Amino acid sequence: MTTEVRHVDPLAEAIADVEGASEGASDAVPEAFTDAFRAAQPETKPRDLVLICYSGDLEKTWASLILASTAAASGVKTRVFLTFWGLQTFVKDEKRITGQNAMQKMLALMQRPGISHRRLSKMDFFGMGPWMMGVLAKQYGVASPKELLEACQALGVEFMPCQMTMDMFGLKREDMIDGLGEPVGAATVIELLSNGAASLFI
Amino acid sequence: MAHPAPVLEVAAIVDARGLSCPMPIVKTALAVKGVPSGSLIEVLATDPGSTKDFTAWCRSTGHDLVEDSFTPETRVYRYLIRRK
Repeated sequence: MTTEVRHVDPLAEAIADVEGASEGASDAVPEAFTDAFRAAQPETKPRDLVLICYSGDLEKTWASLILASTAAASGVKTRVFLTFWGLQTFVKDEKRITGQNAMQKMLALMQRPGISHRRLSKMDFFGMGPWMMGVLAKQYGVASPKELLEACQALGVEFMPCQMTMDMFGLKREDMIDGLGEPVGAATVIELLSNGAASLFI
Repeated sequence: MAHPAPVLEVAAIVDARGLSCPMPIVKTALAVKGVPSGSLIEVLATDPGSTKDFTAWCRSTGHDLVEDSFTPETRVYRYLIRRK
């Protein structure tokens, strides 16, 4: 006895199952469902990107700045929220010790702030890793984080420092590089995200 | 692609030879800002990823990728972009 091959539509069956009508399910996807899919088709329009720059590691800083500059270059309104270790990258390079109290100062001493002093999360080897990365980047025409930051600023990327992080690390406005926006909090980021901005957490 | 005008006047040239992602795009985006709408921009690049990148970039920005060529002898990619 040969069994007839039945062409199934898993999506239609799943919908029918949910509706409790799996027996005698029709091939057709319910109209309401197809309408919903049609409505979800995005129109081509400028979208927003919110990149949450959380890490201060060299490799992640690099990725954040590559994506932010490319998004801005592609006409995407790009905002970068600088929080926790991500904010350390945007302290002026020449600042060695930041903070108000002993513990904040000690933290700055332990992890030097500034975009030129980023370390690799793995195989840093007391700066040997980042140095090798720098040599390779130059050899292969890869822009440095500093150059990418300049590109971001030229392309109008908005940098939003996290107020809470500034307070916790004892960072003052004058410790930070020029061109940053007003310090904001998580609610500002959440509002942007809930309004439909694409998000990246790096 | 057939073009009505045989001579294409280029308003700006972006030399991105030797540069890696994303600098060819970043430099082109900055150059595009500096020319009026309808102007042509010529981009030279050596990054093999640039072909897909410039196609995607033109789609997302709405600029027109008029021409896209590769010279194997010099390994240079050439893009001609008309500003939206």
